[in-house]
Amino acid sequence: MADLNPFSAWRRLLALPNESRTKTVLVAFLVSACCAVMVSGATVVLRPIQAANRAAEEQARLSALVAGIPGMSTLLEQSGGALSTVVIDLDTGRAATEVSPATLETTLADAGNWTVLDPGADIAGLVQRPDYAQIYLLRSEGEVSLLLLPFSGQGYNGRIDGILALKGDMHTIAGLTITGQSETPGLGARIEEPAWQASFNGVETTDDSGEIRFAVARGPASTEYEVDGITGATRTSSAMTRIIRFWLGEEGYGPLIEAVRRGEF
Amino acid sequence: MTAPSPLWSTFTDPLVRQNPVTLQILGICSALAVTTSMPTALTMAASLTTVLVLSAGIISLIRRHIPDTIRLIVQIVIVASLVIVIDQLLQAYLFEISQSLSVFVSLITTNCLVLGRTESFARLNPPGRSMIDALGNGLGYSLILCLVGALRELFGAGSLMGLQVLPLVEQGGWFTPLALMLLAPSAFFILGGLVWAIRSIWPDQAEAPDTVPPEVEEGA
Repeated sequence: MADLNPFSAWRRLLALPNESRTKTVLVAFLVSACCAVMVSGATVVLRPIQAANRAAEEQARLSALVAGIPGMSTLLEQSGGALSTVVIDLDTGRAATEVSPATLETTLADAGNWTVLDPGADIAGLVQRPDYAQIYLLRSEGEVSLLLLPFSGQGYNGRIDGILALKGDMHTIAGLTITGQSETPGLGARIEEPAWQASFNGVETTDDSGEIRFAVARGPASTEYEVDGITGATRTSSAMTRIIRFWLGEEGYGPLIEAVRRGEF
Repeated sequence: MTAPSPLWSTFTDPLVRQNPVTLQILGICSALAVTTSMPTALTMAASLTTVLVLSAGIISLIRRHIPDTIRLIVQIVIVASLVIVIDQLLQAYLFEISQSLSVFVSLITTNCLVLGRTESFARLNPPGRSMIDALGNGLGYSLILCLVGALRELFGAGSLMGLQVLPLVEQGGWFTPLALMLLAPSAFFILGGLVWAIRSIWPDQAEAPDTVPPEVEEGA
């Protein structure tokens, strides 16, 4: 008759020679089970803290970006001190009616709410683009005085994420911040340096005819549409040019910028 | 004065003399990647030491019951799980540093140093001794990492632990940062210099050349 006492079964297992097949399988199973419990436990317990960290970082970058724009803190105080968050429909350039910031994440989990980009138009290397985007804006006296536009695109080593701030005239950059990148340390990663980001302030994006002229220069900036290039990081610099141009263009925030310019937003 | 106990020498040997990085050239992948500044080097060193000590302890505890045929995979599973837990902890409590360490914490799994110690020491020794050996090796690795990190941060950015030590030209000082120091090759140079220095002090560590160049006859 089989001994069903778990303690003696355990002892018999331990007493088995290490080479026996039963013991090999059981040891493998027990080790992986313990490890699985440990890993899932850590992930589940720590996930809320990690999510809070990421949200706090995003918020901190946003406030740092706003605080870094000259005259912005006074403007913020005048308008009551808060940015409004709006989800817009990128195709129409208007506020999305059926999507709110709270439901944006679930909406974007649905592949139907993404547009596959034509390879020719996909200069930011995104492959596909969400139909909805969360933007931040500041109004003073009814007019949009600052627009914060999150952007992303393919850099040299990986994705570059950031936020671009446009002044109320919609063709002057007020500031830029990078929220995520994996460029080469010391070279491309210098896009994170505040000094370089500060050079975006006051740069023009379009000329009088409305054509997008913005570029990261090769070397020092020579026109009002350029910012200084980063020495030794030509690929990252040109990626930044393409990403910003994409998001200012027709496939990106172009329709929104047009709507704001016409005063319809 | 009594002779040092074997436990004590298990701990101190890997610090400099039997240093895993400079003598066995183990774990240099991460030594190259994360040593651009002191804080990242320190966090990486602390993470590796923790993983090393814990995995040595666990593997040593169950060492009599690991079937030989699957011993490597059992060790890797344990190491990998510990690494994931440490990575999650870093992301939760040291978010900024975990951002700069990015993928390299997860790569501790494949660090030959960890598997090397568990396979060659923890599998054959009792837990206490294994953990002391792991701690010694971890600290030896940390020592090299901090040294390389300090040199690279000092000459690459003119700072130590984020504090400006050498005034930069950009800020009106005299020091022009060496951009090369922030790239991976400089870690190779510094590591090579360290290995050279240590082998000059203890010539017995130098390896015999693998091959002797053949004599080429004139006109052949």
